[in-house]
Amino acid sequence: MVSWKVRAAAAALFTFIGGSAHALDRAALEKLASGDNDQKIEAIGALVTEADPRAIEVLMRFASGEVEVDGQKIEVVVNNRVRGAAGDALAALRLLAPERALRLAAATELATGADASMLPLVQKALQNETDAQVRPLLELVAASMQMKSGDKAQRLAAIRMLGESTSPNSKTLLAEAARDADEEIQLEAQKGLRAVEGRLAWGERLGLLFAGVSLGSILLLAALGLAITYGLMGVINMAHGELIMIGAYTTYVVQVFFRKTGFFDWYLLAAVPASFIVAAAVGMILERVVIRWLYGRPLETLLATWGISLMLIQLVRTLFGAQNVQVENPAFMSGGIQALSNVVLPWSRVMIIAFAALVLAGIWLLLTRTRLGLFVRGVTQNRAMASCVGVPTARVDTWAFGLGSGIAGLAGCALSQLGNVGPDLGQGYIVDSFLVVVFGGVGQLAGTVYAALTLGFANKFLEAWSGAVLAKIALLVFIIVFIQRRPQGMFALKGRSAEA
Amino acid sequence: MTRLYGPKGWIALGLAAVLIAVLPFMISSYWVTLLGKIMCYAIVAIAMDLIWGYCGILSLGHGLFFALGGYAMGMYLMRQIGREGQYQSDLPDFMVFLDWKALPWQWWNSDQFWWAMLLVVAVPGLLAFVFGYFAFRSRVKGVYFSIITQALTFAAMLLFFRNATGFGGNNGFTDFKRIVGFAITTPETRMALFAITGMVLIGTLLLARWIVTSKLGRVLTAIRDAETRAAFCGYNTVHYKVAVFTLSAVICGIAGALYVPQVGIINPSEMSPANSIEIAIWVALGGRGTLIGPVIGAGVVNGAKSFFTQAFPEYWLYFLGLIFILATLFLPQGVAGLAQRRQRRRA
Repeated sequence: MVSWKVRAAAAALFTFIGGSAHALDRAALEKLASGDNDQKIEAIGALVTEADPRAIEVLMRFASGEVEVDGQKIEVVVNNRVRGAAGDALAALRLLAPERALRLAAATELATGADASMLPLVQKALQNETDAQVRPLLELVAASMQMKSGDKAQRLAAIRMLGESTSPNSKTLLAEAARDADEEIQLEAQKGLRAVEGRLAWGERLGLLFAGVSLGSILLLAALGLAITYGLMGVINMAHGELIMIGAYTTYVVQVFFRKTGFFDWYLLAAVPASFIVAAAVGMILERVVIRWLYGRPLETLLATWGISLMLIQLVRTLFGAQNVQVENPAFMSGGIQALSNVVLPWSRVMIIAFAALVLAGIWLLLTRTRLGLFVRGVTQNRAMASCVGVPTARVDTWAFGLGSGIAGLAGCALSQLGNVGPDLGQGYIVDSFLVVVFGGVGQLAGTVYAALTLGFANKFLEAWSGAVLAKIALLVFIIVFIQRRPQGMFALKGRSAEA
Repeated sequence: MTRLYGPKGWIALGLAAVLIAVLPFMISSYWVTLLGKIMCYAIVAIAMDLIWGYCGILSLGHGLFFALGGYAMGMYLMRQIGREGQYQSDLPDFMVFLDWKALPWQWWNSDQFWWAMLLVVAVPGLLAFVFGYFAFRSRVKGVYFSIITQALTFAAMLLFFRNATGFGGNNGFTDFKRIVGFAITTPETRMALFAITGMVLIGTLLLARWIVTSKLGRVLTAIRDAETRAAFCGYNTVHYKVAVFTLSAVICGIAGALYVPQVGIINPSEMSPANSIEIAIWVALGGRGTLIGPVIGAGVVNGAKSFFTQAFPEYWLYFLGLIFILATLFLPQGVAGLAQRRQRRRA
């Protein structure tokens, strides 16, 4: 816990308070060294109220298990409770630092719950605090401390204060106060609680919405490739998940190469095209060697591609080992946007939503605006006729399959930014992505998009209500029932092509 | 109507029955367990062949039916442990561990053998009947049917992984002690289980043979080859499909019930989608639309599996993957089809 920040704070404090000369309370030091846990915490409190600059140095040493009394070093045992008190005390002392960033960090740390014994120091800090961001935080900290102790008028004032905040922390504090023995305090706390909950509810709703879109975009990425290979071409590719896995491993390899250069943060620029190309190449080889011979025999295709997926899993295990590999995010992907007090939107997820939208737009352009897209649609609609007018149907099949596989690779590249990459990565997505495609309606790109988003939302909303596993089961059962009612999916093809 | 078997066929079956009766006395207990397990798989393969080979429906839910039969048997075996578990309680160990005070409703009557036998048949049968009825009525077919049966299996696996479902969560059932009063690990019990499994295998083979040579079998083949025509001829194809799907599921349940006491464990990973697809490859390799083929396929693949996983564990998936690819590309009729073709050429 002895970070450079604390050392900087200590240094800053020396200059700030001017290094007052009188010695530290000897009794407090002895208590720190040899008292029991309660006495130690009491001593920490004493050090804080003195606001002596050397207290920081002492507390830091103490936290690492050492106290110096009269020039003698004594080893002490610090348990979690005492360590927590010492940490809070350090944060409280840092509230007096001249640097704004340090004060803000300290106030934020204390806002997550601190012992009431720090109150005098917090109030002292409040007297001099003028910063617009630090001051309200400090007021909140002071209020939550006053709520725990203080007389009735102080507690009531503190409750009113907390009622105007938006932090999830004050909600727990108020909920505690709402069960207080004193009726007046109880009433006031309940009023405050309702107000805070109302404000927090918006955050929760927003968070849920974001989680839904995020999951939807992941499902969409995983299913888009399948929408081409299965939806348009009618090939049941059970190895689709493994193509995703190959994309993720390609990202890993690119990342390892970039680590040696100085441009680590830019590795995604190379990883995105690389994962597309590698997965597309593997897909095209598979199409030429195996899948080509099984067109028109969907059940056999299912079995053969399952065999391919088993071999790919084992191949990756042989090459990279059975353990998961770690793909590190570039610096700009870490952190997030603080949308509301209780909602943080992680950058990695925001980027993946944007990425999914980009990939979708790319596919749409490719299918509707290019020659290849025209050929693919032509072959899908009427293979014999397309062949008659000179479309090289066999080659188009290979290219289209390569496109679908490449998009699976892109999905793998995106997934590698969210979690671990292992040989079994693809297995988790194969059932899901097939259901997305089937639910949306085979042969319908728009259907796939709607289905992915619907399933993403439904999953997250059910999850908030019933837990992850039950939500997943409920969704699977829903899709099974849905397909029985509407075997063609949400967006059924009408007319002649519906029979095909 | 054709005969069930020619004289040669009956002689072969008789020899197989004698072999099953004599074999356990001649081989080590390791082989008794391994062969017993493979015979259970062979029963599943015949069930799969009935619906896929003869009716053209690829179900990826057979692993689920197998596991359900196993779980029904496992519940009874758990109750047979009695107070000899680690916690010396009347409740199965995992319930004590979860701090449950009484048996949940699913376990009603589970200490009765007849009830367990009823569940083994009824649970997979009922599930298949209801699911099949709705699926076939809405004309879900081909790959769609495969995908939704796979989704069903996957959902069931997730359900059984939960502790709250009441079947031991991801550890499932194990540490069995007794079956109908006999200690489960003694060589005698193992031999008896082996013999029973063998008899059930032969019985299943005869039943399947009887079905495919009867009029019912003809209609099933007609549905496989041209469903619309069969329907126009006046056959209600939904009824036939539901019937064969349910029967197939029941056979799987029985195989699962025989499997659990021999292997000594049942857990939700038996329901993983991969297992159901593996069943399909036993049938595909052996030969769809022949009855002896799937038995051979189950034997070859599982024999190879226990050889590879001991000798070269890292090559097993390559080998299995290759079987999947080669069998579908080059052996459309399977091994049995290959033999038939050679026979025909000679004649």
